[in-house]
Amino acid sequence: MMTGNGSITRCEEAATRMRINVLRLALLAGSKGAHLGGCLSVIEILAVLYCGIMHIKPGNPKWKSRDRFILSKGQGSLAQYTALEASGIISEEELFTYGQNGGLLPCASSIYPDLGIEYSNGSLGLGLTYATGLALASKKTGNPYNVYVLLGDGECNEGSVWEPAMSAPHFKLSNLTAIVDLNSLQSDGKTCDVLNVQLENMWKGFGWEVIIVDGHDVAQLLDVFRRSAIEGKPRVVIARTIKGKGVSFMENNNEWHHKCLPEELFDAAMAEISGKTKRHDTN
Amino acid sequence: MIQINPTNIRVWSLLGQNSALGNALLEIAKENEKIVAITSDLAKSSGLDRFGKLFPNRLINTGIAEQNMLGIAAAFANEDFIPFAISFAAFSVLRACEPTRHFMGYMQRNVKLIGLGSGFAMGVFGNTHYCREDIAIIRAIPGIAIISPADCTELVKAMEASAEYTGPVYIRLTGIMNNPVVYKKNYNFEIGRAITLKQGTDITIIATGSMVYNSLLASEILEKEGISATVMDMHTIKPLDRKIIENEISSSKLIVTVEEHSKTGGLGGAIAEYLCSVQHHPVLLRLGMEDQFQPAGDYHYMLGQNELLPEQIASNVRQKFLSLK
Repeated sequence: MMTGNGSITRCEEAATRMRINVLRLALLAGSKGAHLGGCLSVIEILAVLYCGIMHIKPGNPKWKSRDRFILSKGQGSLAQYTALEASGIISEEELFTYGQNGGLLPCASSIYPDLGIEYSNGSLGLGLTYATGLALASKKTGNPYNVYVLLGDGECNEGSVWEPAMSAPHFKLSNLTAIVDLNSLQSDGKTCDVLNVQLENMWKGFGWEVIIVDGHDVAQLLDVFRRSAIEGKPRVVIARTIKGKGVSFMENNNEWHHKCLPEELFDAAMAEISGKTKRHDTN
Repeated sequence: MIQINPTNIRVWSLLGQNSALGNALLEIAKENEKIVAITSDLAKSSGLDRFGKLFPNRLINTGIAEQNMLGIAAAFANEDFIPFAISFAAFSVLRACEPTRHFMGYMQRNVKLIGLGSGFAMGVFGNTHYCREDIAIIRAIPGIAIISPADCTELVKAMEASAEYTGPVYIRLTGIMNNPVVYKKNYNFEIGRAITLKQGTDITIIATGSMVYNSLLASEILEKEGISATVMDMHTIKPLDRKIIENEISSSKLIVTVEEHSKTGGLGGAIAEYLCSVQHHPVLLRLGMEDQFQPAGDYHYMLGQNELLPEQIASNVRQKFLSLK
């Protein structure tokens, strides 16, 4: 398998930069608010994929043999934009158009290949089928890319996730990696209270290779994604994460699922993450 | 190009639209390597047996999983294939409604979605398998063309045109085996351009799908009674050929729409919406499926229950026409 070769340091630096940018953009979004909790839980996963693993050419986002990334959990869109910036696909200036009326980087991302956005999200449960199709198409054409798709644990409530979950092992899609952001919270509360399911057993039962990792451990993520897939099997990386990771008052606090970030809390959050980084100049 | 000759026309007609589809797709696929067929366990029902034998690598079966069929088709379109996604209309459009909106509408992936056995074609399978809503649903989604071929030859033409056309298309198949022949020889088919099959002087019947043939028969009955009807094949419901209707508005005393689809939101709905925008227009009579679930029966029985047989169409048109005087 061909993968990118970003180092642990490179990915950790990217993760810090991305977290800071998520907060800066949430502040700019003002009363519109942002999906802070679910963005902060996927930062390391995205940093590792974009800066350490995926074969991409930042200057040519439509390069035919690029690895494809599908963000199925739309709540992570803002985090994805910061990853696009950290990997050099979009500029900081482009990143800061986030959330503008009619802009290219809306709250839920909308397919825009020139900016490296492969998929339109917002409706949960539709990313895995598309990713499965992309992986199958690669087998048909011989164009040797890998496909990564990021789902939420709450998202796995959707029945439409499990149709492609059946297909991918049937089609022996070893070029497909699904990642489940297991932050254990969804809109109405703890995932185990809303719908108590045995995710690990379910994926295994459907025929996937299941790998469980600490979703905030860059070294572990790099190691797992660099492992060769089992011949003929898709794999799912179940990443244990903390919703709101990095900001103590947001961590495991579901109030931050989608919320506005007022200035004083922004300052407190930034102090925790960097201690010194200045706010983006809004003028 | 697929040969349009008397033998082919006869064979396709005998098979009906569902099986003619598989035959046509095989021929198109021979000339265009980008064509793939994606089905949710309906390869046999759509005549894809030979396609599967000749191109096993280009026939993808998702099992009975229509939502996944749409997602996989969209991804193949993204990788420059031309996917034909094939299932029963009731399941392509209703079960997979949101994936259809998402991948074909919002994301504009170049998928050709096929709705097999729409209208009452599924006969004794009953109401879950009838599809009375597909035109209405797809019409409300931006950016998807809708074609409902009048006969099997037009289906073949529509398939060829759709493969060439860049953009999502929904093709609605109607009627059963021994599909009546409207087109006896080759003709020019263009997506979005309706065809006037017969020119009359009093009224205009605009029909689509299986109802084109029945409308032609109805017009013959009316002719004998001194009512002269123009009959149009509105094979493309979206984008609607407004221009051809425009020409009829001034000369026609009554416009009739006939479709094997709910009277709500289908061809009749589309024409009504258009006529509303015109200051002076003839009265519109919409014929189609009643707005209720009815006890099930075979195809001809169901057409009869909904007054869609030729003599019933003629009778309803006559009654409306005479009431105008």
